[in-house]
Amino acid sequence: MWGGGGAARALTRALGRRRAAAALLGAAGDDRADLSFQTGLRGTLQNYNWKIQLKSSSTPPVSLTEIQSSMLTMKRLFSTSHSSVDSKEMKKFQLLAHKWWDEEGEYSALHSMNDIRVPFIRDTLLNMSSNYHLGNPLSGVKILDVGCGGGLLSEPLGRLGASVTGIDPLEDNIRTADQHKSFDPVLAKRIQYKSSSLEEIVEECMETFDVIVASEVVEHVADLEMFIKCCSRVLKPEGSLFITTINKTQLSYILGIVVAEKVIGIVPEGTHEWEKFVSPEELERLLESNGFSVKTVNGMLYNPLSGSWSWMESTSINYAMHAVKSGAQGQSSPTDALSEMESEQPSATAGATT
Amino acid sequence: MAAVCCRGLLAPLGGRLWVGPRAPLRSVAAAAPLYDVVVSGGGMVGSAMAAVLGKAVTFSPAPGGVAGHDIHFHDKKIALLEAGPRKEYDRMPDSYSNRVSSISPGSATLLSSFGAWDHVCSLRLKPFRRMQVWDACSEAMIVFEKDDLDDMGYIVENDVIMSALTKQLDAVADQVEVFYGSRAVGYTWPLPSHSCDTSPWVQIELSDGRRLQTKLLIGADGHNSVVRKEAEIKNIEHQYDQSAVVATLHLSEATDNNVAWQRFLPTGPIALLPLSDTASSLVWSTSHEHASELLTMDEESFVDSINSAFWSNVNHSDFIDTAGAMFRSAISLLKPSGTAVRQLPPSIAKVDPESRAMFPLGMGHATEYVQHRVALIGDAAHRVHPLAGQGVNLGFGDIACLAHHLSAAAFNGSDLGSLKHLLKFETERQRHNVSLIAAIDVLKRLYSTRLAPLVLLRTWGLQATNALPPVKVRISL
Repeated sequence: MWGGGGAARALTRALGRRRAAAALLGAAGDDRADLSFQTGLRGTLQNYNWKIQLKSSSTPPVSLTEIQSSMLTMKRLFSTSHSSVDSKEMKKFQLLAHKWWDEEGEYSALHSMNDIRVPFIRDTLLNMSSNYHLGNPLSGVKILDVGCGGGLLSEPLGRLGASVTGIDPLEDNIRTADQHKSFDPVLAKRIQYKSSSLEEIVEECMETFDVIVASEVVEHVADLEMFIKCCSRVLKPEGSLFITTINKTQLSYILGIVVAEKVIGIVPEGTHEWEKFVSPEELERLLESNGFSVKTVNGMLYNPLSGSWSWMESTSINYAMHAVKSGAQGQSSPTDALSEMESEQPSATAGATT
Repeated sequence: MAAVCCRGLLAPLGGRLWVGPRAPLRSVAAAAPLYDVVVSGGGMVGSAMAAVLGKAVTFSPAPGGVAGHDIHFHDKKIALLEAGPRKEYDRMPDSYSNRVSSISPGSATLLSSFGAWDHVCSLRLKPFRRMQVWDACSEAMIVFEKDDLDDMGYIVENDVIMSALTKQLDAVADQVEVFYGSRAVGYTWPLPSHSCDTSPWVQIELSDGRRLQTKLLIGADGHNSVVRKEAEIKNIEHQYDQSAVVATLHLSEATDNNVAWQRFLPTGPIALLPLSDTASSLVWSTSHEHASELLTMDEESFVDSINSAFWSNVNHSDFIDTAGAMFRSAISLLKPSGTAVRQLPPSIAKVDPESRAMFPLGMGHATEYVQHRVALIGDAAHRVHPLAGQGVNLGFGDIACLAHHLSAAAFNGSDLGSLKHLLKFETERQRHNVSLIAAIDVLKRLYSTRLAPLVLLRTWGLQATNALPPVKVRISL
């Protein structure tokens, strides 16, 4: 997967433009990908792949800068201090907002991630529930899709019968998502989109959702613990939280710093914040100390050549996690000093099972 | 043909970009009813496709098998467009229809998966246990048979299959809407990645002015497929210099009649397919002129022509016979257990009046089976010579494969028209179909000659193949 540029280039030529572009870009694709300036593994890869792409084919240099800047905008997503949004960047993002639904475009890796993340969510929920609705396995399940982007994950979940609320702080994303679902009368009824951050809906949505999905979001969150606390508050007791994200490992350090900054030099030196990424152990600790019980952690591997995702044992690159909010009678456990916020919420304080 | 294979196989890798102008989408389309799948063409393949997708859950099939994909299509809306009127098959006529199909066990499994095979069995079909193919220019022959008493296949009248499918479509009427007498006069394709203000669906305009929208359009509209043309999918095609003459024949005496016979004449293959103990169906591929003669000659001469086509040794030559005999004895030294024995075909007594008909033969293969929101199945994607009796089986194979991928897509909540899983269907089917189509084409050409070297080659080839069971099994599958 992390093969040399030479091999990738050769393959690019061999595979022909459309596929290669999809695959290579896909390697870096990311829902609310901030990337690049913030860097980290994904941003790095994106740049890295773009370079290959530009050298090997004549595809117009689409929107690398747009991606970067728009991601920068999105970066503010969950940050506690809401800085004003740069209108120039917004405009750039708008150019990209309609690309959400191009399966072969910038977000192709996210489209193909559906092939494993939707079954992961579906099967986990099916295993936990007793009744099965023919053709609508998720019928009656209320799902909150945090950072829904163009609705790439909200729509399949809606098609499976769930009633989905998708939130994203970027209005353009919500507009794209809204417009896209409006063509399908079934989805139009099942999915509601709202331009909002998670914090903003906490008050009105206390213990509202059966399921929260935060796919490729937490690596962009400024205050992860705050984010998890908010999740806990809008989730019903025994509700499920699904997270997919990227690990913080040596691999991401090597690719992020050494390859992107020193070798290829696309990313200005010293801009990396790969520390922002969160390891499964750290995420698990945060979840457990905030009243969640982690049930599953699976490693995910993206193959940029075939453009497909697969499960793997190692969580060293990408991983998916399923955690369940403890019910009211959760076991007590060594509570973390960080969980003072939960004190208002008995169900959440009940705390971490270890 | 090699070119066909390559282009066909490479198609998925090459740029599958839309070419040609795409009409702008009209806003009135928004009011048109939206279907998850629209199947264009209500023939055997199109009807079966719609019935598979809409099949009622009356039993629980094995998980992961061909059967079992229905449940994920539970709430999907499906439409079937058929240009012709609805045909009522209240009861089958006593006389057999002259249009029959050889149904492979695989196709029978597909038809059983949604209940249509039961209808077929309750109407009329004739299983065959053995297939004998031999050469008019030599003694060479090949016999396919199952070791156990399983059937090799079934000869079923097309009307019987249609009747079964119509019955099944009625049973799933709540999910599958059939538009009889409806011809699509215009298709409007969406852009591959639609911009936000245009409809992402395929718009279909019917001849009566009605409009439909669909997430996926399946073209099952035959070898002159309008869907294929409108989607600007290239088709490699070739008209053979042959026509097929079909007729219903009566045997001189009743037999088990459980063998499908085919003899390669230099003018084309002649096949005798069992319908009952006393009746068989004829499919005789021959030159256009000869076909016209066969159609116009009196019944007695017609029957004589058939009998002599199966029995005459006028095309044999001493040289080939000697070479063939030597080769056969060489094989029997290597493989003393012997090879299958030759049986003699039944003799024909008379032809059903009015049952003679002819139609031209050709081959064709679409370079792509799918595009964004479009899939081609059956003859719309591939047309073959009837010599292997594979035509409709290839189509049913397409259905099983496409239904499997669509079901998986539905269970994953995917957009049914997405190229991603459609490409899986295409890759899988082209891999299977292209080699078969090429083989059938080569056979047709190889057996259309009296040239001694080629006759010798095919004589030895057939003899050797007949002696090698594993090879035979592969071919007959």
